[in-house]
Amino acid sequence: MNTEANKPRVSAGLANAETRKRLNLRNESISVEVNNLNLYYGQSQALKNISMGIPQKRVTAFIGPSGCGKSTLLRCFNRMNDLVDICRIEGEIRIDGENIYHPSVDVPELRRKVGMVFQKPNPFPKSIYENIAYGLRLQGVKNRRKLDEVVENSLKRAALWEEVKDRLNDNAFGLSGGQQQRLVIARAIAIEPEVILLDEPCSALDPISTAKVEELIIDLKESYTIVIVTHNMQQAARVSDFTAYMYLGELIEYDDTAKLFTNPSQKATEDYITGRYG
Amino acid sequence: MRQWFKSGDPWIWLIGGAVSISLIMVIGLLLLIAVRGLGHFWQPPIVETVFNDRGEEVRVLGVIRESETVTAQVVREAGFEVPEDQLLVTRYLFHLGNRDLTGRDFQWFIGDALGEFSFPRDAIVLERQEWGNFFGYLVAVKEEGVVVAEGEAAFTELRQRLTRSRELVAATIRMERFDIGQINAGIERERLEQRRIEMNERLSDEERAERLAASEAEVQRLNDEFASLRVELEALRALARRDSLVALTADGREVTINLANVVRATRANTMTVPQKMREYVSRFWDFMTGFPREANTEGGIFPAIFGTVMMVIIMSIVVTPFGVLAAIYLREYARQGPVTRVVRISVNNLAGVPSIVFGVFGLGFFVYFLGGNIDQLFFPERLPAPTFGSPALIWASLTLALLTLPVVIVSTEEGLTRIPRAMREGSLALGATKAETLWKVIVPVSTPAMMTGLILAVARAAGEVAPLMLVGVVKLAPNLPVDGQFPFIHLERRIMHLGFHIYDVGFQSPNAEAARPLVYATALVLVGLILVLNLTAIAVRNKLRERYKSESD
Repeated sequence: MNTEANKPRVSAGLANAETRKRLNLRNESISVEVNNLNLYYGQSQALKNISMGIPQKRVTAFIGPSGCGKSTLLRCFNRMNDLVDICRIEGEIRIDGENIYHPSVDVPELRRKVGMVFQKPNPFPKSIYENIAYGLRLQGVKNRRKLDEVVENSLKRAALWEEVKDRLNDNAFGLSGGQQQRLVIARAIAIEPEVILLDEPCSALDPISTAKVEELIIDLKESYTIVIVTHNMQQAARVSDFTAYMYLGELIEYDDTAKLFTNPSQKATEDYITGRYG
Repeated sequence: MRQWFKSGDPWIWLIGGAVSISLIMVIGLLLLIAVRGLGHFWQPPIVETVFNDRGEEVRVLGVIRESETVTAQVVREAGFEVPEDQLLVTRYLFHLGNRDLTGRDFQWFIGDALGEFSFPRDAIVLERQEWGNFFGYLVAVKEEGVVVAEGEAAFTELRQRLTRSRELVAATIRMERFDIGQINAGIERERLEQRRIEMNERLSDEERAERLAASEAEVQRLNDEFASLRVELEALRALARRDSLVALTADGREVTINLANVVRATRANTMTVPQKMREYVSRFWDFMTGFPREANTEGGIFPAIFGTVMMVIIMSIVVTPFGVLAAIYLREYARQGPVTRVVRISVNNLAGVPSIVFGVFGLGFFVYFLGGNIDQLFFPERLPAPTFGSPALIWASLTLALLTLPVVIVSTEEGLTRIPRAMREGSLALGATKAETLWKVIVPVSTPAMMTGLILAVARAAGEVAPLMLVGVVKLAPNLPVDGQFPFIHLERRIMHLGFHIYDVGFQSPNAEAARPLVYATALVLVGLILVLNLTAIAVRNKLRERYKSESD
């Protein structure tokens, strides 16, 4: 598929360089650094020469139309794309200065450091307790008291403790969708990751649950670097500190959220956020 | 009309009709088997009548098994005289018993040649250890040849003495089976030990002689024990044979029957319904728990039930891990490509191979090749008598495992495919390796699918007969595959099997009329057994489903 023809008029590289400068100006320390990332599904290129830095303990949102590659980019950060056989990656992603695509990288170890929450809540068909304890058990934690403590803390931080404390041994599928999504977030933070990737975490939830999860995201940025992919521009504006607009596999604009939504530097971005896209 | 066609109603009728026809067929089948099989244990009244055999009057005593109306022509061809103007004739199949006296158990009689039916209250039917049933009239009960009761009192006396003799007979059987069986096993063990000593070339002559002497002494000890047990056994047998009864047959012959030979005595025509019910339960219980007698046409089917269950259990133990592992490899690890496609097609086709072919394979590979080599390697002292080199329980189970492997593989694979990708990703995203994800999430969640495979496998295996005839099932197995002798489970023994039992009783029996109800009863037990096995598996599966309940279900 030749996407050259559809290429936007503005070079992403330029915008990128500018953005990075700005972030440096604001003295953000960078947690995830993406350098010249290209990703191919077989013959077609899904990500084109992406370079960006994701600041530590901030919420960064990826927005853009469907199929623009924002989820694909997100899944590069914990190498979830490895599961796709035909996927090929060029360039590098550094987390804490270490290239995560280096052959010596221990992928499970990386995923422990970079947690992920998916579009649809995906608890395991186990009890609520076992769902949270799963990651710790994988690490060989057997001490019951330690597990109890982590389960309680994680659920409290995910604002779910009060709702489920009396039925920790019930099947997690008995929870509502919003509760399940918060459970999955609690499961992710139970193993103390550095980065949490959220892939459209609210798209399957009702507005009330969405509000709860958004509140939670804002709370969590105290401790974690958060990257969120969302279709909902209001959501990006509400929760994120920085926003990246992607289109057809390219990073069009990446900036402070307030700036990007009020005064975008690219025409394409402006068209998209004002709804003139397509 | 067209409107009606468009509305979809005809389709609903068609589908509904198909379902009801299937249902009716299943219910009809079960009803037929149940009625024919269960009816066998009900004691019908004993009929006395007179048969006019070309002017000669013969007294007939027995039970009517069947009656049918046939054309006179058929009867004439069979050599009976029927008036010219008569078109239809009713004939009765009488179970006359007394095979030892008359040589035949069953006889057809033309209804026209029979006199009035009466139901004499003093007629008795004896179920005997040998020679089948006896029908007659009780005259007296004797102890050591001396009459102790006569007339009306005789029957009560008979019942009491029968209980005693049954207990003694059971004791002798127990003794034969357990005590003497143990000694025989010991002697066999020592014989093998001696062979082993003789074959062991590393022993010096002295050592060999010493060990042989020790073994010989053990044999001597066992033989002594055997001798003393024999004396005990003979005494017990003599006690059991103390009483006898005198009876008259329908044609007026007086017969003496030893009580040790009698299993059951009933005066069928004086029994009340509750009595008959009690008798029914007792007979059914004996059928389920007893050993077969008289070339399988009488007695119970316990060894066949036991053998079937054992075989199915061993098959399940073998087929589940193999099938599950194969499916996991195919689905999770193997690179999906032409090779896996070929493997998958082969597996599916394996399910379509006629079962007798598996039997032939089992005989050639398992019995002769594997079993033969095992004998060479591990049981050289028993050669040339085979241990594992002949049809056996283990080979029957393995052959069936092979037969049912495709079912387990296919359903496990289906279960694995159905697990949402999100669940795998959720586990991987928490830092689990592929193997950890597999064993902690994927396999537990797909256990219901594995159980489905196992249920299908069990249903298929329990009903299979053809391959088993080649690899381990026999008409009559002297021993159960489990007993008190080390190592307790004898995988090298041959077994009896319900399916084969049906075939054997139905088609290979010398006494077809006597065996017919047993065919139905055994079929009913087989169906019931499969039902019980399946229901157990389904209960387990439902429990697992409940436990691993997810949105996708």
